[in-house]
Amino acid sequence: MSASTLLRPAGAPAPDATRRPGRAPGRTRRRIVENLTAYGFLCAALVCFALFSWYPIVRGVLLAFQQVNFITDPEWVGFDNFERLFADPLFWDAWRNTLLFTGLALVFGFFVPFLIAVLLNELRHAKGYFRLVVYLPVMLPPVVAALLWKWFYDPGPGLFNSLLRIVGIDGPHWLDDSTTSLLSLVLVATWSNLGSATLIYLAALQTIPGELYEAAELDGANVVQRLRHVTIPQTRFVLLVLLLLQIVATMQVFTEPYIMTGGGPDDSTVTVLLLLYRYAFVYNDFGTASALSTLLLVVLSVFSFAYLRITRRADA
Amino acid sequence: MSDRPVRTLFSGNRTGLGYKVVFTVTIVVFTAAFVLPFLWLVLGAMKPTVELARVPVTVLPETWQPGNYTEAWQLMDLGKYFLNTVLVVAGAWVVQILFDVPAAYALSKLRPVFGNGVLVAMLITLMLPPSTLLVPMYLTITDVPILGVNLVNNPAAIWLPAAANAFNIYLLKRFFDQIPSELLDAARMDGAGAVTVLWRVVLPMARPILAVVSILAVVAAWKDFIWPLLVFSDPALQTLSVALQRFAPDTPINLLLAGLVLAALPMIAVFLVFQRHILAGLTAGSVKG
Repeated sequence: MSASTLLRPAGAPAPDATRRPGRAPGRTRRRIVENLTAYGFLCAALVCFALFSWYPIVRGVLLAFQQVNFITDPEWVGFDNFERLFADPLFWDAWRNTLLFTGLALVFGFFVPFLIAVLLNELRHAKGYFRLVVYLPVMLPPVVAALLWKWFYDPGPGLFNSLLRIVGIDGPHWLDDSTTSLLSLVLVATWSNLGSATLIYLAALQTIPGELYEAAELDGANVVQRLRHVTIPQTRFVLLVLLLLQIVATMQVFTEPYIMTGGGPDDSTVTVLLLLYRYAFVYNDFGTASALSTLLLVVLSVFSFAYLRITRRADA
Repeated sequence: MSDRPVRTLFSGNRTGLGYKVVFTVTIVVFTAAFVLPFLWLVLGAMKPTVELARVPVTVLPETWQPGNYTEAWQLMDLGKYFLNTVLVVAGAWVVQILFDVPAAYALSKLRPVFGNGVLVAMLITLMLPPSTLLVPMYLTITDVPILGVNLVNNPAAIWLPAAANAFNIYLLKRFFDQIPSELLDAARMDGAGAVTVLWRVVLPMARPILAVVSILAVVAAWKDFIWPLLVFSDPALQTLSVALQRFAPDTPINLLLAGLVLAALPMIAVFLVFQRHILAGLTAGSVKG
């Protein structure tokens, strides 16, 4: 199918080539042929976008107000799905856990990479090594990282508690304790992803002209002042963009809780997406699941919209 | 990324004791945080299960069992899942290149009527977090409109949605926009059709961006979990990630660890080979370069 859509336009412009240019009917015809050619090039992607992006977007919102059972036609139920959600105590837990996850992930995943990047930018040796190793975990499939850390978190022979035992500390129960479970998930997610933020910051830091630091120093600015008045303003755009992207990404956390805790203990790691998964694929309640994903969409759209505004303004 | 020493935040020289201490500490911390976990995994995979359950732990295996790797491969039938994954990843890559390159070219150079509208409609999808579309996407592949087919347990359920990637379109179009139109017009004067121009003039110039799009496509497809988890209900068709998490609860821990090593290796290898391209794609992609 793909080959034929690509090849069809090849023959299309040929008959037109014999026409004399300049004559009005010929020009119109050429415009038509050119447009047909262009849409020939576009059609495969357009079909994919239509079927697997635009249509599901609309359908998702409609589904939030429907009851689907696959036997009879979907039934309009107004706000019933939302009411069912609001009545589910897990709904509120899931949002609280997700916001807590996002907040903690920002503390580690937003500030730490920036500090690492500032540090790496000062070092003059083994730069290639630092860039290589910090990005290694990013290449790991998230399932592998999650299963690996689940083993590290084992309260008995796990790596972390073994290390803590060396210094005489009786380590926590990590995933098995509802007070540390969410934090444990944040640590895996941060370890897996901080490489990309670090390297993006590093690239941004390298675009800062050295003269700015020299000038600041001549004016008597100390290191902290230079960081505040040169480094941060010069990388403000990247910082802001990554902040928004990270909020959107971490609020969709699924793989780590799904694999490492299954939402427990005591529902302390049930995230919005995990709850959505349960509604849709465990209870087969696609209407309520869609109501939840519509709510998530609305919340995340705020950040996506801010992201778009910021990047648009920078492009202009 | 130039490595030429330029003036940065700290003014001190890079030969003094202070610098040496900071540098050494950084090397040690980085190695501990990002290399040690991998070493621990590779070693752990070669220990017997009883040794792995013991406290205090051993650093080097007391009993070396390198055969765990082949045993894991056979026990979990990893060869099959590798092939499944390669099929899914390769297909997703081919479809993205085959569908998105001509589309971006058309939007950039052929500029049909409503072209801008189409572009905006595509870019808007970038704002939508993919996970909020999971449910309607799943219902769509169970009964694809117009085509009327059920794509559950069919790799096309991963390939075709992969082509609806606005970021690819954006990257490619931005690259094509920089190619001077005179160059293409000259080729057309010589009687080349639109396909010939794309194939012989544009694509040879577009190699760098094709490399970036290809690597992004392959890495994303290999790392993906939730969508393959939903698409492949038939265990025999699952990708490595999906299969590993299914095996995890009832596989001996040492064999599971060996499986993790084997599943991680291809991506680590890709990274070591294409490091330059991957890191270039990272900064080219996420932030205006």
